[in-house]
Amino acid sequence: MVQKITLWKVSTVLLGIGLLSVLMYGCPSQTEMLDTGDAAQRVYVAPGEYDEYYAFLSGGYSGQLSVWGLPSGRMFRNIPVFSQDPESGYGYSEETKPLLMTSYGFIPWDDSHHPELSLTNSMPDGRWMFINANNTPRVARIDLTSFETVETLELPNTGGNHASTFATENTEYIIGATRFSIPYDMDLDVPIDTYSENFDGSLSFIGVDEETGEMSMDFQILMPPYHYDLGRAGKGPSADWVFFTTYNTEEAHTLLEINASEFDKDYIVAVNWKMAEEYVREGRAETVPAEYYHNMKDENTSIAVSNVHDEVLLLDPRDAPDMIYFLPTPKSPHGVDIDPTGEYIVGGGKLATIIPVHSFSRMLEAIENEAFEEIINGIPVLEYESTIVGEVEDPGLGPLHTEFDGDGHAYTSVYISSEIVKWSLETFEVVDRIDSYYSIGHLMITGGDTPNPDKRYMLGLTKTSRDRFLPTGPKQLHPAQLYDISGDRMEMLLDFPTIGEPHYAQAIRADEIRDNVKQIYDLDANNHPHAVKRTADARVERDGDVVRVYMTNIRSHFTPDNIEGIRVGDEVHFHLTNIEQDWDMVHGFAIKGSNNAEVLIAPGETKTFVWHPQRTGIYPFYCTAFCSALHQEMQGYVRVSPADSDVPLTWRTGED
Amino acid sequence: MKRLLILVALLLFFSACGNGDEAAETARDAAEAELTEFELQHGIGPIDEPLDLGDVQIERARAGAEYFDSRCASCHRMEQRFVGPPVGNITESRSHEFVINFILNPEEMTQRHPVGQALLQEYLTTMPYQNVTEDQAFEILDFLRHYADTGEDLREQ
Repeated sequence: MVQKITLWKVSTVLLGIGLLSVLMYGCPSQTEMLDTGDAAQRVYVAPGEYDEYYAFLSGGYSGQLSVWGLPSGRMFRNIPVFSQDPESGYGYSEETKPLLMTSYGFIPWDDSHHPELSLTNSMPDGRWMFINANNTPRVARIDLTSFETVETLELPNTGGNHASTFATENTEYIIGATRFSIPYDMDLDVPIDTYSENFDGSLSFIGVDEETGEMSMDFQILMPPYHYDLGRAGKGPSADWVFFTTYNTEEAHTLLEINASEFDKDYIVAVNWKMAEEYVREGRAETVPAEYYHNMKDENTSIAVSNVHDEVLLLDPRDAPDMIYFLPTPKSPHGVDIDPTGEYIVGGGKLATIIPVHSFSRMLEAIENEAFEEIINGIPVLEYESTIVGEVEDPGLGPLHTEFDGDGHAYTSVYISSEIVKWSLETFEVVDRIDSYYSIGHLMITGGDTPNPDKRYMLGLTKTSRDRFLPTGPKQLHPAQLYDISGDRMEMLLDFPTIGEPHYAQAIRADEIRDNVKQIYDLDANNHPHAVKRTADARVERDGDVVRVYMTNIRSHFTPDNIEGIRVGDEVHFHLTNIEQDWDMVHGFAIKGSNNAEVLIAPGETKTFVWHPQRTGIYPFYCTAFCSALHQEMQGYVRVSPADSDVPLTWRTGED
Repeated sequence: MKRLLILVALLLFFSACGNGDEAAETARDAAEAELTEFELQHGIGPIDEPLDLGDVQIERARAGAEYFDSRCASCHRMEQRFVGPPVGNITESRSHEFVINFILNPEEMTQRHPVGQALLQEYLTTMPYQNVTEDQAFEILDFLRHYADTGEDLREQ
């Protein structure tokens, strides 16, 4: 009875609501919903529809780079860069292992912080993405037609490549720097307390071939033993310059938390890279020993190849005047960001109570007038008052990074007070502030680091999520928050967990990339030396203990799928060619007991999986990528016989 | 009566703003599902009018043999059933237009064409689209026609 009454009431209420809503509002049209909609409607991208922007979020300590859509916050792909990825076989397959080689050997992990899109006229051109490795200093290049890492370059004589990757106006250079000063000769064995005497900083200028994107370690600049934190290239009038922040000008080597925070000001370093390049071409750089690896996927064979270099060009500011200056900046500055006009140089004064803004044109005047406080290792220190044009008051506690909307405003992330402040580039006054959840590091505005920002979206990349989502234990994913910045006030639209630590991000309008993305690798252009393009060529060959299986994959069988005559102690190379030529038809391979990850093979691609069978028996292998209704049947067997067996090497598939 | 009222209330609540366009689209989809006489006989795909191919050109058949080897042979034998049906006689049992349409548009053929649907039921694997151009498909067709005419497999030379 109680239930009936409830139902009756509910039905009456529903009828009322239904009638009322139709009578009062009619049926809302699609346009009205978009124009006046709330946050949910503004981030809603309907099933089957595309996002407006690609966003690339570094994975921080995951070592990877994840690809997302904005405004939906949907994740499309996690690109392995500096860490092995058992999901795809990156860093496990023979073709990709060389990409993780360094002068310290094979390194399965790193910490990737700052992605940077390649630039033409300071605008992203959608060709490549660069990203740094912080721990064992490297820079990687990702091809944005395949969304795959194709190149890694080690930075010699560098401790912690944090101020990287940032590109000059036309990607002439990608910059890098030493975060933790160490002796420039990396193998030098000295007491740590000889820091000031024996330690050095270095700035790296990595050349990028404008046609192929291939990187090279063009030259380095020797610096005082400070910590070099972040960088940016200038644009417009300042395009010939790059800027770095420093901290630890105290030259502390222990308890930096206190000892590197003593001075009121550290420096922003301004480097005229064009002049430095000229000095290098004139032969003013010294050639010094430096072991480092350069690894690149060969365009022709699709196999990554490592080259080891043994020297680098080093420019000492004492031999190269007028190219480098220090701008005193309060206090342990973190970010250094250049406004869209190229005139303002904004320091993120991490421990400062203001946001300092330098003027590029006043910096040139100060250089002209030699308004120097002192000269350190050949580097003039400009007077603070000669370059500073604004100090933004009341920015919150711990301002870090700034981007711009192209409409006269800057947006600075503020870590300790966990907020974003919007301030005017005219009055240098805060005009709006909004909370972040929680402890924001970088922020990213669509085009906010270019001369021509899209005043649309801002992503806040935060360090802890705490109570924002259903709890998953003591360690939770780091989130990102999407804000609408198109109006006068910032509005939060979305809050979502991401992969690893989303340290920094880049965004680009989807149409700059979308049509260039490959759907398959062309089988006819596959020049891998162990590719098999016809099932008729599938075979197994033995050369001593090395057995090579030339195997094709297509829905839904392997050729060959029965292999006998393998012996304990063999080194078996499965060269797997996916002969599909249809988009997204991926096959995978795994075999029981192998001390290896699976490998995924894209259509038209060849990948190699190495296996060391250690016990006799029958070993099933199978396709790990669900490929068709008969995916479950896509399997085979390898018979492993004793080391001294005379079982002949045979192979077959089906009746053959 | 109460139940009826509940039903009316729910219907009104959930369908007051029904979309008239969707109904029209569904009707159009249904109409498209019905194939033309030509499609029933010659398949669904880029070839939508009768072809008159003339004699086999042996050079094109030889080129077709290569494509057949790399794109088709993993699943098709000439005389025996394998992953897919034997194709040695395909140009006798199906029209030229049908073969080309199947090579170039296998997904739609296995989903919407009654012959394709029956083949999928029998063989269970959807024939993959292998990204061959229309011209390459015609070369493969010449290779198959040559085999059907002469019994000679040009891959064996």
